[in-house]
Amino acid sequence: MSGPFDSVLVANRGEIARRIFRTARSVGLRCIAVFVEADAGAPFVTEADEAVRLDHGYLDGRAIIAAAVATGAKAVHPGYGFLAENAEFAQSVIDAGLVWVGPAPEVMAAMGDKIAAKRVAAAAGVPSLVSSNDPTSSDEVGFPMLVKASAGGGGKGMRLVESLDELAEAVASAQREAGSSFGDDTVFLERYVAKSRHIEIQILGDSHGNLVHLGERECSIQRRHQKIIEESPSPVVDAAMRTEMGEAALRLAREMGYESAGTVEFLVDDKTREFFFLEVNTRIQVEHPVTEEVTGIDIVREQLRIASGEPLGFEQHDISFDGHAIEARLCAEDPTLGFLPATGTLHAFEPSTEPQVRWDSGVVAGSVVGVDFDPMLAKVIATGATRSVAAAKLALALERLHLGGVVTNREFLVSALRDPVFLAGDATTDFVDNHTPVLALPAGAADRACIAAAMWLQHQNRSNDHRWAFAPSNWRNARLPSERVQLQLAGADACRTIGYKRGRDGVFITDDGAWVRVHGVNESGIDIEVDGRRSFTRVSHVRDVMYVQTATGTVTITVVPRFAVPGHDVPGGGLTAPMPGSILEVRISLGDHVVAGQTLLILEAMKMEHHIAAPFDGKVTDVGVSVGDQVDNGALLLTIEQPDPTDSDRGGQ
Amino acid sequence: MTRSILAPALRSKLDTGDAQFVQNCSDMLEQLAEIDELLDEAAGGGGESRMERHRSRGKLPIRERIANVLDPDSPFLEISPLAGYDSDYALGGGMVVGIGVIAETECVIMGNDPTVLAGALTPYASKKWMRAIEIARDNRIPYISFVESAGGDLRVETGDNGRRRVQTDHFAESGRFFYEMIELSKLEVPTVCVVFGSSTAGGAYQPGLSDYTIMVKEQSKMFLAGPPLVKMATGEDSDDETLGGAEMHANVSGSGDYFAEDEVDALRLCREVVSHLNWRKPGPSPRFTPDVPLYEPNELLGIVSRDLVKPVDVRDVIVRITDGSRFEEFKPQWGASLVCGWASIHGYPVGLLGNNGVLYPDSAQKAAHFIQLCNQIDTPLVFLQNITGYMVGKDFESDGIIKKGSQMINAVTSSTVPHLTVTIGSSYGAGTYGMSGRAFGNRFTFLWPAAKIAVMGPKQIAGVMSLVRRGQAARAGVEFDEEEDAKTVEMVEEIQEKGSLALAATGAISDDGIIDPRDTRDVLGMCLSVVRNRPIEGTDGYGVFRL
Repeated sequence: MSGPFDSVLVANRGEIARRIFRTARSVGLRCIAVFVEADAGAPFVTEADEAVRLDHGYLDGRAIIAAAVATGAKAVHPGYGFLAENAEFAQSVIDAGLVWVGPAPEVMAAMGDKIAAKRVAAAAGVPSLVSSNDPTSSDEVGFPMLVKASAGGGGKGMRLVESLDELAEAVASAQREAGSSFGDDTVFLERYVAKSRHIEIQILGDSHGNLVHLGERECSIQRRHQKIIEESPSPVVDAAMRTEMGEAALRLAREMGYESAGTVEFLVDDKTREFFFLEVNTRIQVEHPVTEEVTGIDIVREQLRIASGEPLGFEQHDISFDGHAIEARLCAEDPTLGFLPATGTLHAFEPSTEPQVRWDSGVVAGSVVGVDFDPMLAKVIATGATRSVAAAKLALALERLHLGGVVTNREFLVSALRDPVFLAGDATTDFVDNHTPVLALPAGAADRACIAAAMWLQHQNRSNDHRWAFAPSNWRNARLPSERVQLQLAGADACRTIGYKRGRDGVFITDDGAWVRVHGVNESGIDIEVDGRRSFTRVSHVRDVMYVQTATGTVTITVVPRFAVPGHDVPGGGLTAPMPGSILEVRISLGDHVVAGQTLLILEAMKMEHHIAAPFDGKVTDVGVSVGDQVDNGALLLTIEQPDPTDSDRGGQ
Repeated sequence: MTRSILAPALRSKLDTGDAQFVQNCSDMLEQLAEIDELLDEAAGGGGESRMERHRSRGKLPIRERIANVLDPDSPFLEISPLAGYDSDYALGGGMVVGIGVIAETECVIMGNDPTVLAGALTPYASKKWMRAIEIARDNRIPYISFVESAGGDLRVETGDNGRRRVQTDHFAESGRFFYEMIELSKLEVPTVCVVFGSSTAGGAYQPGLSDYTIMVKEQSKMFLAGPPLVKMATGEDSDDETLGGAEMHANVSGSGDYFAEDEVDALRLCREVVSHLNWRKPGPSPRFTPDVPLYEPNELLGIVSRDLVKPVDVRDVIVRITDGSRFEEFKPQWGASLVCGWASIHGYPVGLLGNNGVLYPDSAQKAAHFIQLCNQIDTPLVFLQNITGYMVGKDFESDGIIKKGSQMINAVTSSTVPHLTVTIGSSYGAGTYGMSGRAFGNRFTFLWPAAKIAVMGPKQIAGVMSLVRRGQAARAGVEFDEEEDAKTVEMVEEIQEKGSLALAATGAISDDGIIDPRDTRDVLGMCLSVVRNRPIEGTDGYGVFRL
């Protein structure tokens, strides 16, 4: 069913739900969300006009349709992922008398099958890589070749085969993986192009037979088979090639009678610039904003218009491509631990505001980043006249993002965006493996951040003085030692002590001799000058942790309590959980003597094993966990006592 | 709701381009630099080597103890930091006293400096200690003591002939401290004692008589007699720790209420104790808009001349310390040598009295009138002293200067609202009394660096004594030696001048310290806040006014 509708339910979460709501509201549609318990505090839930709880997750199509019916939603937009490419769900939506914002279920079903899709491409005269549906016959395809799962995606069920003797084993293993991952073990063989790029064409089609393409996108950098930096246009596609690829995509779309937004993926041979059809994605893509930025067309708005039966408001010749847009996916993950997802509370999250930088985010300050979903926090899209300008703006915007509480790939993205290989347009799929990000703070930045933190605390202390609030900070008519605060910079080994005295002229002089002037303080930060260098430093302060903005990102500083309460501190040899997880194995028991480096226990978190090793030789004096225990980040796991007790005094002054 | 007194801002006629003003500023900065050096010296306590030895025992110097017990970044108003100036004792007198904010509570803190004579009570330390107790009692603020003292200073001082020139103190009269500490407790002024070191004999009563006692593991010792005296008295062998260590007192005798792991921990416990006092101030919060003065406080440096001879309009001081420079002057046309009126300082309403010259019979009566008005409305008084005394001479005697001056002194004495006194220039003779000098029960007294306090000016004293000698010579019929007299006059003048200087006064703890004139407003603000720990109530009775 199609026709005008006044409301839309988004069967999705996070940034894409918010992004769809934004457009839907701008065209007068009521917005309904669905949410699961883990998302109960997410902004898309409260920003919707109404939100319906799902007890069994975002894949529960029946519950989603029931939610739409209950709330009077007239249309369902699936976003990406979850049920977005589930033809059966699409059909159920339509059967329930609702408008499905997407292509026809039959088209979705056909395109979901890679072999069937190739057949359609052939009929439309669109070249695809030589392939064979008979996994035992290699003659037609030749080597090197790929064994691919028909229902596959994300690299699963895919094997590279260089010669005939590897084939049988590769097919068998690909079938096993495909069977377990997709419930369908059909595989096929496809010609492998060694040096190639994936370039995709965005298409739009209405129910009146009008079809246009919005140019191409290229994923420049990916990790763990997931894209992290995407752009439009591609640095290797010129206008002629764009027209050629666009027309091929439209032929294909016409052949299937495509409606709504879709993406036609091609493989482009780096040497010959030949392109070959790979597959069609029958949904909105994560990276759609780069296309929107260079064409000025709101793809979600077009999806909604098409779904309501309206014709496209423009033709191919109306579409122009201006400038260059690059998107980076900011994810809660740790590049130094193989991009392992990270969790925590996002105590600070405040995007920078620059013209032509777009933030599509699913989170706000205070959001809890858990393990339940994809770790993507936000997409940041910068547009500039040239590719290098867009890259520079994007890197700067990321650096200026005020972010704290969760480990992210921010520094990695910034470093990648400034990498000469990336800037030359030469980044290939192995870029991440060869790229060593520069993560260290520039010289002096840590000192300045700590001084800013100390001055912020100083100001807080003065603001909280209800007795002598009027008196200058640190006022003395005689002599007392410097005011001191101990700070622990995340990632640094030792605490720093910032000591200072305030002069009559209001200048603070630190024990290290820095001259510090505080020009102003408000709830978001401190306008501070250190030895003549002045900046407004954004500060977030949550309990005893401060997130202090520097020129190259945000540093996390923990305020060491002024007084240690005896018995409350973690024992010297205490080992704590590096992240939340469950105890998989405990290899020691009470009283054991252990040597430095010895694995003591294994923690399973984020589907990976973490070995907790002894930091020094010693004796196990306490074991606080056993197999199967769930532990929180920072939980005390066990205690080791060093054999030679140096009986160190508790620090402090 | 914030509001202010309705009087407009006062206009200052001070010419900051004037050569005298410039000279005054540079003289004042010179005097402040001298004081700065003395403050550095005082902070050094018993000297570098003793300080090092103290630190090497893992102990914190007294000033670090204080810095760590205060609320972070909060001010500390030290009392008499230059006690013992120009004496045989270390500058500061071996004790630090001051007012600071602990757990949002204004407290007076007294601490022995163990680097000075092992914290033994010097005469200066004793006087400072009494002053600390007085501040706690008069203002009803908690009294915190950081004890580490060898006890009394048992050395005997004698003059050249083996006798003391003055001997009005005796052991029989000592021990008032202990009486006073119980008095504090009776007045519901909490007393918290942290024992940092040994606290023997009389010293042991200091924690013993406190409401709360905090002892430091393996560091605090508290006994009526140490092991040597015990051995002498009873023959019993003992050691410090078992005789009176923190552990024994915490676990066995019950004389220690809190057992601290180390000094820092003791300071934490001290802060915790103060935080539970549930301290509430009965005095009203600042109720007026505390806007800054319209005139630069820095200009207070150039108002008084070093020799105090150049005339000063006290209004030039007033406009630089009151909120918005507002001042409602009372009786401006009458008794003009005494300037008085209402203003607010950091939001606290005050009645201000200042001198523009000598006190005449009418200005004395005006002051008496004004003091009564402020007592009627429970408003604290601020005295800005720059007074050479009450006017003398035939006309003024016949105008009743004695009786009218007595009216003023009666009003000052009977007044029960808090008095804060700042001596900005001279403070001579009965003028010192009439303008609520130290002996008149005022809550706080501070001096500007150029202040001079004495019974009369050095020239007058020297001249009077010269006239007396001349008369004696005439009566005896001997020839008066002019040359010898000139020498004596010069010597007397010099000694008197030196004795009248602010440093001499502050060295004798006859005030609460010398302040930088630029800090006047803030110091008064802190004091006005401190006095509000006790209800502010004007008197309902006076001595008989001789009318």
